[in-house]
Amino acid sequence: MSGSSNSGSRSLRSPLGHARGLGSAKEGLHHWWMQRLTSIALIPLTVWFVVSLIQLRQSGFEEYAHWIESPLNATTMVLFLGVTFHHAQSGMQVVLEDYVASHGLRVASVIAVKLICTALAALSIVSVLIVAFRV
Amino acid sequence: MVEFSLPKNSKPKKGKHYPAPAGAKNVKRFDVYRYDPDKDATPRIDSYDVDMDTCGPMVLDGLLKIKDEVDQTLALRRSCREGICGSCSMNIDGGNTLACLKPIDECNGAVKVYPLPHMPVVKDLVPDLTHVYAQYASIEPWMKTETLPPSSGERLQSPEEREKLDGLWECILCFCCSTSCPSYWWNGDRYLGPAILLQAARWINDSRDEATGERLDNLEDPFRLYRCHTIMNCTQTCPKGLNPAKAIADIKMKLVERAG
Repeated sequence: MSGSSNSGSRSLRSPLGHARGLGSAKEGLHHWWMQRLTSIALIPLTVWFVVSLIQLRQSGFEEYAHWIESPLNATTMVLFLGVTFHHAQSGMQVVLEDYVASHGLRVASVIAVKLICTALAALSIVSVLIVAFRV
Repeated sequence: MVEFSLPKNSKPKKGKHYPAPAGAKNVKRFDVYRYDPDKDATPRIDSYDVDMDTCGPMVLDGLLKIKDEVDQTLALRRSCREGICGSCSMNIDGGNTLACLKPIDECNGAVKVYPLPHMPVVKDLVPDLTHVYAQYASIEPWMKTETLPPSSGERLQSPEEREKLDGLWECILCFCCSTSCPSYWWNGDRYLGPAILLQAARWINDSRDEATGERLDNLEDPFRLYRCHTIMNCTQTCPKGLNPAKAIADIKMKLVERAG
């Protein structure tokens, strides 16, 4: 922190210059808002998912495949997966921004999380569609 | 990475013990953080036994009694001794508050007195507030207008418009809230913290101010504003009973309102 009386190397930049830094990014609202919207969407989607899992707990692959053939089930499952991974990457980004102080490491880890979540979302959605369409 | 442990050489060690004067019957112990960065390798906790029969009721009374009668080397800030100047903010009995408003009776066992958390220490209970004051300057805490003042010289407000400043103008900038906020501990360099965001809200909500949009522009930032995760330590600790968390939520809602 600038102005620190006991830090090893002291910056000679003025405290106001340091506080202003690079200025406002003029963004952040969209990320924050999407996090709220995905949380709300996940409440009914998660209830549906858990209830479906309980109903299908005795089923084998054929019964599951028959169940996912229904457009309503397939669509809700795809929505559940898409929203879950969107919410996950958005939440992980906040955690990384909170706790990783090094700029380079922070940006690299946020990019990695976004790529992994996108890949997992694509993989899981494509898997659901393959079963649903019995390709 | 985030500092989960104290930096090297900053774990306080046991310091000196100052016994109460002979014959004292009603004794309370004060464990006080002592550190002079220019001289000491590590901080220490000095213990002072204070005769409560000759001491005022508040923690500040105890600290001033120690400074006056026992150990003049103890450094602390104080001025008004009635909760209006915000100078004697410190961490007492595990919470940030004003020493002048905190009754000694409310502390179980010894009265533990530390400086405001996670701030550089100038000496003992005196934190370095340079950065947080600069952050305050950065939000430009004054009325900004282009319209010339009316001929009466006074810019008027309706009683309803004035009411919107209640709960905001009372802030005395003691920084108990900002220094209780984990987000401010980890990212205080860029996150403005509850005290400064409450001050920003004070100007955003002022019907006479003409720079509301510019003020919102300057706050919309992943670090300046959105490090607030509604942890609520700020509201819990505010010695003036204010609600910085709500002021921050209001700023966020204004940004939502502006977007559509």
